[in-house]
Amino acid sequence: MAKLDLNRVSMPRQAPGLRARNFNEVALGYSLEQAQAEASRCIQCPKHPCIDGCPVEIDIPGFIKAVGDGDMPEAVRILKDKNSLPGICGRVCPQETQCEATCVLAKKGAPIAIGRLERYVADWERANMQSLNSPKIKPKPTGKRVAVVGSGPAGLTAAADLAKLGHSVTIFEALHVAGGVLMYGIPEFRLPKDIVQAEVDYVASLGVKIELDTVVGKTISVDDLLNSGYQAVFLGPGAGAPMFLNIPGENLNGIYSANEFLTRVNLMKAYRFPEYDTPVKIGQRVGVVGGGNVAMDAARCALRLGAEEVYIIYRRSEVEMPARREELENAREEGIQFKLLTNPKRFIGNDQNWVVGMGCYEMELGEPDASGRRRPIAIPGSEFIIKVDMAVAALGTRPNPIIPSTTDGLDTTRWGTIVADEVIGKTTKPGVWAGGDIVTGAATVISAMGAGKRAAASIDEYLRATQRE
Amino acid sequence: MYEILLKQDLVPNIHLLKIAAPNVAKKAQPGQFVIIRIDERGERIPLTIADWDREEGSVTIVFMEVGTTTHRLAWLGAGDSIADFIGPLGLPSHIEKFGTVVCVAGGFAVATIVPIARALKVKGNKVISIMGARSRDLLFWEDGLGSVSDQLIVTTDDGSYARKGVVTEPLKELLESGEKIDRVIAIGPSIMMKFCAKTTEPFGVKTIVSLNPIMVDGTGMCGCCRVSVGGVTKFTCVDGPEFDGHQVDWDLLFARQRIYLDEEKLSLERWQSQSGIHP
Repeated sequence: MAKLDLNRVSMPRQAPGLRARNFNEVALGYSLEQAQAEASRCIQCPKHPCIDGCPVEIDIPGFIKAVGDGDMPEAVRILKDKNSLPGICGRVCPQETQCEATCVLAKKGAPIAIGRLERYVADWERANMQSLNSPKIKPKPTGKRVAVVGSGPAGLTAAADLAKLGHSVTIFEALHVAGGVLMYGIPEFRLPKDIVQAEVDYVASLGVKIELDTVVGKTISVDDLLNSGYQAVFLGPGAGAPMFLNIPGENLNGIYSANEFLTRVNLMKAYRFPEYDTPVKIGQRVGVVGGGNVAMDAARCALRLGAEEVYIIYRRSEVEMPARREELENAREEGIQFKLLTNPKRFIGNDQNWVVGMGCYEMELGEPDASGRRRPIAIPGSEFIIKVDMAVAALGTRPNPIIPSTTDGLDTTRWGTIVADEVIGKTTKPGVWAGGDIVTGAATVISAMGAGKRAAASIDEYLRATQRE
Repeated sequence: MYEILLKQDLVPNIHLLKIAAPNVAKKAQPGQFVIIRIDERGERIPLTIADWDREEGSVTIVFMEVGTTTHRLAWLGAGDSIADFIGPLGLPSHIEKFGTVVCVAGGFAVATIVPIARALKVKGNKVISIMGARSRDLLFWEDGLGSVSDQLIVTTDDGSYARKGVVTEPLKELLESGEKIDRVIAIGPSIMMKFCAKTTEPFGVKTIVSLNPIMVDGTGMCGCCRVSVGGVTKFTCVDGPEFDGHQVDWDLLFARQRIYLDEEKLSLERWQSQSGIHP
């Protein structure tokens, strides 16, 4: 057996000083040589634990072997057999805690860079295979209709899988573009919007209809859908409602939810104001409260829009931060400053109602709490001021109540999430499945995709059973 | 795309558009709003629904030229289309038999209040309406509001038509007249709604206002439209737009409405100069 190669091929990135002032993608992707060098490190172990680490069960050794062999169309075929959104997953999946964590080489500290290879294959396809995008053999139509609510990762995946199985699928999307959080939330420099659009177009090419500007629960209800010829409904609306800190001064001008800030910038393209009509305020000193990927995204957007000082304000220490290490490092390299063990207690405004500062406590860590992380405790008398002229609350999101509150028979938990079978996503309402953040609370793109995939399989089984009856 | 079926210039800077939007028409209720976006580079703005025709599949909006979007809208007409028309959003007006209801409309909000007054009337309420405008040439739909009201009082600030003065004056007189007023609904510029609420407060008459903060998505996703009502933060788009006027933190609303004044001015001037429009 050949000697193990433990040198992960690194991926080129834009230099920090340069990228901190533009919205172009930070990571530049492998070249063919780099991809093949990395692919050749895979030992094709027979137990392939990487597949078990993948929520959508991609044949990872299979596509990596195809890359190594230089057979890119085959790599594309294998990837897309399980994953309709590889260009997205290759960029934003936390591979380090999933497939790469279970790679046998992870024990040696050098797992195969599966995410980078996935990205390479997806990008190769987009550059070289446009005409071959859709499967050549159309599935036999089943005559069954399925409504998918929401066009984020859960909805797109469920819709694609159901369409591949021959069902007639319509996605209903509240916003004016499809993609959900992939479009409004994750910034261009981490996930270019033309890549999201290309993968949405791929799903549409499978025969999926996409109805934009349709707020299910307002424009049309879930029962309207069930009564108008849809035999099944999949709910994947996400957890779209922002959480605030609930501290004094939070409604001052200059304080945004991360959702609002990122929606203005990403979806409405406020970074191109006044060419685009939607404006966004950018402070000179910006405080972003939170420690997840969304906080990093907001901080890095503010920096790119011209803020001089950007702080991540987080109440625990760095090890407890939920953000991906890679994003944390990217943010740090770009000059984002971390104010850890710091928790805002109040916002301070001027007489024009604009935020001018945050009163914060120094924190210390106590015993672990329900989340398993050490609980932050305010140190009495430690209040100090962080001078800011803009702040962003990136504290997570909770489910939007519009669908549960307008749908009879759909049980919810006390957190507002929809009650659904953990594996297959079946809800308490007949004919209705749910998956993604609306069930789990805010989580990752890939876990939402996994839920969409499992629900699609369950919906297919249900539709075929009703067909036999 | 959503086609414009009809355009009417109601008064010099207030216009009506009837738009083909069958799904919105099917569900529209008094007091709700839509979010519109003209095109790819446009912003999303909320506009209250003035009327709808479920059979025709159309929804009517009335707007005043204020910012870039409404100025641009004013240059569109029948046959043109806009990119997005989303709704109906927000909670419908609370309609039941209250007894005697005073509907107060300031400026172009007469268009919003007509369907509300009509629904109240249908429920068997005595509807007394007050509508006010700066001057005679800015008044419209007097007959429309009159036809759904038991009594109609019209005011103009400058006295160029009907009663001279502002809407709070006849409102106060009604409250003082001894007639039992069960509810007041005041819709119009924020400052007018604030003063209507201040007028009714000493009389303890429940006063509903329809707030108009800045919005982005209009579906509860961003929190831009947050207001404070009774000391609790509410999202106007999903918890409103109607709230108890006595509980609203008006100063906060006014301040948040001014966030983008500079940008709004810049954007409008840029568009006007591009278009050769010299205001």
